[in-house]
Amino acid sequence: MQYSKKLIDHFTNPRNQGRLDKPSATGIVGNPVCGDLMKIYLDVKDGVINDIKFETLGCASAIATSSMVTELAKGKTLDEAEKITRNDVANALEGLPPIKMHCSNLAADALRKAIAEYREKNK
Amino acid sequence: MTKKKIYLDHGATTPVDKEVLEAMLPYFSEKYGNAASHHFFGKDGCKAVEAARNEAAIFFHANPEEIIFTSGATESNNLAVKGIIKRAKIEGAKPHIITTAFEHHCVLDACGAMQKEGLAEVTFLNPEADGVISVKSVEEAIKPNTVLISVMYVNNEIGTLQPIAAIGAMIKKENASRENKIYFHTDATQAVNYFNCDVDDLGVDMLSMSAHKIYGPKGVGLLYIRKGTLIARIQDGGDHEGGKRAGTLNVPGIVGLGKALELAGKNNKKDAKKIAKLRDRLIDRALAEIPDTFLNGSREFRSPNNANISFRNVEGESLLMLLDMAGIAVSTGSACSSDSLAPSHVLLAIGRKAEEAHGSIRMTLGKNNTEEEIDYTVEKLKESAEKIRKISGQVLDDFYKAKEKGVVEEEHERRH
Repeated sequence: MQYSKKLIDHFTNPRNQGRLDKPSATGIVGNPVCGDLMKIYLDVKDGVINDIKFETLGCASAIATSSMVTELAKGKTLDEAEKITRNDVANALEGLPPIKMHCSNLAADALRKAIAEYREKNK
Repeated sequence: MTKKKIYLDHGATTPVDKEVLEAMLPYFSEKYGNAASHHFFGKDGCKAVEAARNEAAIFFHANPEEIIFTSGATESNNLAVKGIIKRAKIEGAKPHIITTAFEHHCVLDACGAMQKEGLAEVTFLNPEADGVISVKSVEEAIKPNTVLISVMYVNNEIGTLQPIAAIGAMIKKENASRENKIYFHTDATQAVNYFNCDVDDLGVDMLSMSAHKIYGPKGVGLLYIRKGTLIARIQDGGDHEGGKRAGTLNVPGIVGLGKALELAGKNNKKDAKKIAKLRDRLIDRALAEIPDTFLNGSREFRSPNNANISFRNVEGESLLMLLDMAGIAVSTGSACSSDSLAPSHVLLAIGRKAEEAHGSIRMTLGKNNTEEEIDYTVEKLKESAEKIRKISGQVLDDFYKAKEKGVVEEEHERRH
């Protein structure tokens, strides 16, 4: 499996890793059968992602895409963050091996799920 | 300091022994004749091949004409399964194969192909939780139309030793009172280095192996076929290997295989003892010093070189990568390192949960590993597992809690 330097960097030094004590919302996706599980924690202030954290059980790509999605989302409005796609995550990591594309899918899904939960709670 | 390079993946392949390489070298550019040619170039090749066949016959306690050279165990296993089925004739029923659910894919898929083509029916037996097949379960699966039983000698992932001699004896008894004979095949690829491979002691009619697992070259192996076994060829062409396997003989490879078997016969017992000691050190230290770990497969009925350990809340490919960066080569049962994205069929067959299969690492030792390498590996396993567990945190527990509440869908499954 050929990984980019950027991916290896995010795998070995994940950004925004951990939990938030009082998150505004969380999103958990994945399935132990596939081997990847991810949970995103959001702290939202005035419609902006003020802080974001993640916990991920998964392969190097799953960890790197989790880390990257938090970097891409941090500081963005919910409307902006919602538009982050799997390709955005993969591109920001300078590409993923084709078979690993689902890992970036998972990261963007977890973010969207957390945003959806926030909106549901704050209707 | 130069980067460490510790090889703990001898189950995947082994380095070619220097003596083996030296024996092979003349057969590339000097003695390059086709072993089937009748001039003196060909005779050099033919002589070398027959000498290797003799070495193999000695090692397996067989007759030289019962040794068929192939391109490796995958081909040998395909030939054994498909060759028997294509020759089998049963009145009013399809021939029946009994094999195990945790065979190497080449056996599973060869049996599966026969089933799909409508040529055979297949029973896949599950091993016990300790990764050992019970003789009784094999016996109970026998039917009047059974023609082939194929059970591996040592499992390639979890290293468990199967009771081949006991199954062989049971089949021999069974055969004494049946109309159609049951042939017994074993894939001995992972066993040749460490266990008795006398085909009469084992009671097998066919035995497969590969040279590259025993410090020989890649791309060559053999199938032992007991005299009188009715088997069709599966590859058409020339009349090589007594008509059982067409294709120009890989003379340098076969020479290497012969040499590797000769060396294995000489050194096996000594090497096995040394390797088992290192394996025990690795297993004992890892299980004692790293929390939430467990061994996959029987501790007692186990190859001297195999340590297969699962780490809770760790995904195997991540662990493999951190070890790789630290200069340690291992393999994993995680789906993420395979092209199929499916967790190890072997670990699932012994009843492991998917996440336990994903969190497994296979370390297979060889004759050149040292105690210092094992100790370094334990330290790196400890560090790496800790790092990965920090990243995974509580997510697995959270997932199960959320699942209980019904707030996670199994949406992720859709992608397969």
